[in-house]
This record gives sequence, structure tokens and C-alpha cells, in this order.
Amino acid sequence: MRLARITVFAGHFGSGKTSLAISYAIYASKQRDKVILCDLDIINPYSRMAEAVDALKEKGIRLVTSCLSNTNVDAPALPAGTRALFDVPDTTGIIDVGGDNRGALALGRYASYLQNSADYEMLLVFNQFRPLTSSIGALLDMKNEIETASQISFTGLVNNSNLMEETKLADVVSSGNFALKASEKLALPLKMTVLERRLVPSQAHLEKILGDIFLLDLFKSPWKP
Amino acid sequence: MANKVLMKGNEAIAEGAILAGCRHYFGYPITPQTEIAAYMAKKLPKIQGTFLQAESEVAAINMVIGAAAAGKRAMTSSSSPGFSLKSEGLSYLAGCDLPAVVVNVQRGGPGLGGIQPSQADYYHATKSTGHGDFHMLVLAPNSVQEMLDCAFDAFDLADKYRLTVAILSDGTLGQMMEPVDTATKESGHAIEKPWALTGTQGKRLPNLVNSLYLMPEELEATVIERYKRYALLSEKEVRCEEYFTKDADIVVVAYGITSRVAQNAIDIARKEGIKAGLLRPITLWPFPVKQLMDLAQKASVFIAAELSMGQMAGDVELAIRCQKPVLRCNRTGGMIITPEELLQKIREATTLHEQTE
Repeated sequence: MRLARITVFAGHFGSGKTSLAISYAIYASKQRDKVILCDLDIINPYSRMAEAVDALKEKGIRLVTSCLSNTNVDAPALPAGTRALFDVPDTTGIIDVGGDNRGALALGRYASYLQNSADYEMLLVFNQFRPLTSSIGALLDMKNEIETASQISFTGLVNNSNLMEETKLADVVSSGNFALKASEKLALPLKMTVLERRLVPSQAHLEKILGDIFLLDLFKSPWKP
Repeated sequence: MANKVLMKGNEAIAEGAILAGCRHYFGYPITPQTEIAAYMAKKLPKIQGTFLQAESEVAAINMVIGAAAAGKRAMTSSSSPGFSLKSEGLSYLAGCDLPAVVVNVQRGGPGLGGIQPSQADYYHATKSTGHGDFHMLVLAPNSVQEMLDCAFDAFDLADKYRLTVAILSDGTLGQMMEPVDTATKESGHAIEKPWALTGTQGKRLPNLVNSLYLMPEELEATVIERYKRYALLSEKEVRCEEYFTKDADIVVVAYGITSRVAQNAIDIARKEGIKAGLLRPITLWPFPVKQLMDLAQKASVFIAAELSMGQMAGDVELAIRCQKPVLRCNRTGGMIITPEELLQKIREATTLHEQTE
């Protein structure tokens, strides 16, 4: 799978962008030296990066996140280190954008930098099992709203259809059709389908149905069995 | 193809309310419950409902009073500081015997406190909601599915007993995502409300919804009548869940997100050969008094685990008439009890248990 210099994950809140960005940064760190994971999700003060901090550090991934994340300060503040990602050309950047158009507003701050960067991907992450993006029409609305807010056009789609721990392989396979239709209607190529690692001992035969597959690793919370 | 969808706890509450026939939502944003309002804002206008962002929490609860008086299924939601603001309106709802549903997705307090999860509004929800003699029926879900189910059931319970049903949740449950089956509930049952202010069309005498009584005898009689309903629902509507309690020497009492942590701690304790179990109140008022009293006949130590300085612990002691020691396991201010912390407390309880044998 081609790894762009800068990859941006945006989409509906709860579509799985953060888990994906973390896993994708780890994947990138296996191929590139200087990987920066940038948490631009400043709209949701409940940061989901916390559980992965140690794993990221261990892989040598630089995490750029708001100095206010996981504090009680309910005020949006852009992480200062974000510029490094655009200014230092030999870095590989993964950007996790906040949910919906409101979350994508923060990305607009960097729109011109991103457009001037030779090699970037702006990916629309969707989960068919999220009730507010379970139709092509709703997904199209989401795409347009985020593009308006961020001033950046999407370059591809990521099918991240899942039910978290309850996801069965058949659920993801069944979303393949929806992803193809979405790709056609939104006029965006399907960059990849995300599968949690436990679901696939071998993904070779699945790539015919789902396109490129990205294997995802999840981190555990204290209230999960 | 899965029949489930993936939802945030806050969204599940909103969807449960919509399934129950709630078409009137009034609210004001506050972390960590804002997704309830956001979901309602997206969905209600498409189904001939009314979403209104009020100018304050006080305005929102008063709008609920208006919609409820007109016989509509209405709801508001907030988080701890915002919920305090609603106290006056909650008392008026009770004084008017109006059915309504309110949601508190708790965060750390007192004051502005913090935005991280908490269970420190237990007293507020169960004992000191507002002025006067009254109660709310308080439901405490512990999963995203139960957020939906409780929100749905809340409207039926509110209509049946003409009272306010509160869903006492917390920031973790509000923000976490889990698969949800939205088809578990049939769409809401309409209930006759002959007392509602719907216009007389010149065919009947006007109805009156009011909480002011000019004669103390009349006010007393109204309150006593209301408490008869409370007695009835205390008998019929108590909900709780037990986990490994049959042979338990040590009973952990925990609700909401803490009960999920408790299950993990109990699983580890069982592997260590400790007979620990969990009683999870789902209704915090009425409290599962009888179930706890039954358990006190067999168990020797109780542990009240909660994200507060020990607000529910007193109710456990009352329920079992202080027959057995009740240890405390508390975190507060937005911190969450870890399975290891609770396990440590369970081991402590085991030592106590061995001394009593």
C-alpha cells in the first residue's frame, strides 16, 4: 500500500479515525524513520490517544497533541508542533482530524500548507454501521460538509466498517458493496478496507472483494472484559 | 449482515428516546453529554420533532415542563454543573406531577469541576434533587445498549407513574462506543393523558397543571397521594443485576461504569479462589434494598465501589441495616477505579471474612 508523505484521516465522529491513525502511524514507522502522529482532534476533549502513548513512544513515533488533551480544560487548542510536519520534508505525517465538519475546521488552519505539500492523501473514513453515515446520501453530505470546513478535497475513501469487539469478518465483507457504491457516487478511489488483525489469518483472498486491506491493532480500556 | 449499529453512549440515549416517541428535546451544550443534543438536532427535524437549543439549562428544563404539561414526551440532558441548574425545574415537574425524562452524564465536581467521568451526583439524583418532598426514579445503565434501553423505558415509567425519570450516566458511558441493537424496542406506546393541557375545544372544563396549593391541607394530601405512587413503584420497579452472588462471601455493590470494572476485578478474584460477587443496582432510586438484605444473610463483607467519596455506600449500609461491614472503594474528581484497585479491596475484605469465620 502506497504511503504518502502526509496522510490525513477525516470523517464522521466515531468512525474510528483515531484507532486507525495510531495503527497507521505504527505501520508507517516500519518503513520510515521520522514519523509524526498529529492529533488535531481538538473538538472532543476526551482524547482517545491516551491508551496508545507508550506503544507510540516505543516505536519512536513523535506524538503531537494538544497540551490540554486529557486535562479538564474544555477549550480547543491547536498543538504547536503541527507545523513540523509540513516544514520538515523528510518526515512522514499522519493527521487525525476531529469528527464531522466541526472537527475538520481545525484542519483549515493548515489547508494551504497541505495543498503546497507535493504528496498528501486526504482520506474520508467511514463506518457503515454508524447510524448517521449508513447511507450513501448521508456519506456524501458528510464529505461535502468536511471539505467546506477544511477547505481541502478528499483524495480517497477508507472503509472502516466495524462493530468493535463484536465485528465478524462477514460484517466487513458485507460492507464491501456499500464501499464500492460510495466510491462510485463520491467519485473517490477506495484506498483501503480496515480489518482488525484478529479477524484475518490470511487476507489474500479478501483483497478481491475489499481492495487493499489494512490490519488494525486496538488498545484495551479498563472497563472492557 | 449485522443487525447492530455502532453508537456512542450519548447517541444511544438520544436514539432510545426517539424510539420511545420523544419528539421534543430542549438542551444546552456541556461536555461530556453534547452528543445527545447533536444527535437530536440532526434527527428530530426530519421526523416532525422539535429540537431547541435553549439559552440556558434553566430555560431548557422549563421548556420540558411546558411540553410535558401539553402531554408530549419531552426530554432534556446535561452534565453535572448544568444538571444542578435544573434542580428548581425538577422540583416543579414533581409538584405538577408531570412525566418527563432527564439525563445527567456526570463529570467531576463540585463547581465546574472537570470534564472527566464521575458518579458524584448520586446524592443529587437520589436525595437532594430539589426542594420539597419528592423523588425521581433514577436509572443507571452500564453499557451503550442499556443507555438506549433505559432511555426507552424511562418514558413508559414516567408516564405510568407521572414522575420524572432520571438517567444517571457518566462521561465514560456517554463517550464510549459499543454495538447496539436498535430493534430491541418496539416503537413507544401512547398513553392517555386526560390531565394534559391540549385545549378544551369547548367540550370539557379546563385542565390545570400547577404546583401551588393555597391550603396546606390540600398540599399535604397531594404529597401523600404522590408518595403512594412512590410506594407502588418501589415495590414493582426495582431493577438490579447479580453476578456470581450465589455463593459470594464478598459482595461488591457498584453501578454504571464502575460495575464494568467490578466484573473484571471479580473475574480475577474468582481465579484466585476468592468467592466474590457483584450486585449492580440499575434503579438507584428505588434502591434494591430487599436484594441486598437477602445477600447480607450469606455474605460477610460488602464493598461499595463508586466514583465519588462514598455516596452510595450509606444506602448499602441502610439496606442491610449495618449487619455487615461495608468497605469503600472510591475514586473521584474524574478518576476511574482500576480493576487492580478494587481487587486489592476485595483481598482486604477476604481477610475480614476469614476473621469472622
